[in-house]
Amino acid sequence: MELINPGIGLIFWMSLAFGIVFFILKKFVWPPIIQALNEREAHIEDALRAADIAHEEMKKLKLDNEQLLKEAKEERDAIMAEARKIREKMLDEARAKATIEADRIVENAKERIQNERLAAMTEIKNQIAEISIEVAEKILREKLSAPKAQTEYIERLLNDKQLN
Amino acid sequence: MALNNNKKVNPFWKLFWVLILAFGTMQVFANEEQPAVSGEASHEQPAEEEFNPGKVIIEHLVDAYEWHIATIGHTHISIPLPVILYDDGKWHFFMSSKFHHGKEEYLGYYITHTGMQKGKIVHKAADGTEVKPYDFSFTKNALAVFISSIIIILIFTIVARSYKKNRKHAPKGLQSLVEPLIIFIRDEVVKTSVGEKHYMRFLPYLLTVFFFIFLNNLMGLIPIFPFGANLTGNIALTGVLALCTFFTIIFGANKNYWMHIFNTPGVPWWLKIPIPLMPIIEIVGVLTKPFVLAVRLFANITAGHIIILGFVSLIFVFGKSSIYAGYGMSILSIALSIFMNFLELLVAFIQAYVFTLLSSIFIGMAVEEHAHEEHQHEQH
Repeated sequence: MELINPGIGLIFWMSLAFGIVFFILKKFVWPPIIQALNEREAHIEDALRAADIAHEEMKKLKLDNEQLLKEAKEERDAIMAEARKIREKMLDEARAKATIEADRIVENAKERIQNERLAAMTEIKNQIAEISIEVAEKILREKLSAPKAQTEYIERLLNDKQLN
Repeated sequence: MALNNNKKVNPFWKLFWVLILAFGTMQVFANEEQPAVSGEASHEQPAEEEFNPGKVIIEHLVDAYEWHIATIGHTHISIPLPVILYDDGKWHFFMSSKFHHGKEEYLGYYITHTGMQKGKIVHKAADGTEVKPYDFSFTKNALAVFISSIIIILIFTIVARSYKKNRKHAPKGLQSLVEPLIIFIRDEVVKTSVGEKHYMRFLPYLLTVFFFIFLNNLMGLIPIFPFGANLTGNIALTGVLALCTFFTIIFGANKNYWMHIFNTPGVPWWLKIPIPLMPIIEIVGVLTKPFVLAVRLFANITAGHIIILGFVSLIFVFGKSSIYAGYGMSILSIALSIFMNFLELLVAFIQAYVFTLLSSIFIGMAVEEHAHEEHQHEQH
């Protein structure tokens, strides 16, 4: 019976003590604790989110880098290909030019040869003509071996010369 | 490094608790010595009272006008406490030492040992019946409540200060001891039971109740002065706590809750008019809730204490027949007491948790908004 017989005094003191505890804790203890806890939770949450974002960004950056690298590689390849093409083209052009030049030189040479030949022919013709003239002269001289005729002819020639 | 420290600390704490428990059992021993000695002395003086385990156990559980610390030989070491009585329009103040451990009377007042008011201060009325004055005495439990209140306030002001200083960082020291409990109560108990919207309003009260009960439960397990008063095993104290929850519910409840009590929706009209059967049932329910809270806490803690004290009393019961039986029994009794003390550590937490949880649930029911409409929405 004593166990379940609450005394009014104890109820009073307990109410007082608990009231004081509750008042002090509610006024000075729980607000800073709850606030600090909330703040810290928010802080952690933010930090985690920021870390996530950073991670994501890193990933993106890495992807970007890879993309960039890939693009650079592609560009390099393209440039190389281009360069190779240009080289090829240049070689081709050079080759073509060289052929043309060679053709031109050959043509020139041919022309010159032709000219030379013509010149030679002319020369030969001239020489033939001279030789013919000489031969004719000689023949003429033979014919003019008679002194009279000779003198006559010489005189005439001299006259021609003097007149000239 | 930190891990190393932990490993070092762990055995220390284990040792600490074992010592506390062992010492605690010894302390109860010491308390028991007096009746045991008188039991032995009864061969010479049959007038002196026998060892009565039931009486001793009850004496350890109930409130007292003085704080009995130990008895050495035949001298009681106890702290006298002020007695404050209001009787017939007059206040009486005197120390409880005037009663000489309950054996004498003072100003006509004495501590009765029989009847309904056993253990309380009474005085004889003119017709010979015992009359109880308004007794505001600062008893053992009152002192213990103030001591534990000071300890709680100290602990939590220290914790609050470290929270103010140590913002946004991991908790340290006492802070890290209390923080898991605060977060557990906030997230697992209050937030889930009261609801996201209203829980902040009741959180301070529920946290206070939890730590008040938990720490008092623990202090009740430590049998050395200034602890060891059976606070949470006292119906007056649990009653006050339950009343606080009751008033929190009453003043926190919304219109919906009152409507639910006085005009329960979804119930046939003839249950409300002309005989208000449903309102009566609902009101009984409202009153039962705090009553059950008080009785549950009181009964659980008291039961634990009774079992521990019972085990210890066994030593003296056996010791009465033979001193060797007493020594032999002491080994078993102490082992069982240690086991019970560990169980009580668990119960100390569980009961504080249950009280807080049920309070939260009751408050949650009182502040719930448009429960029926929500249900209908859910069904759609």
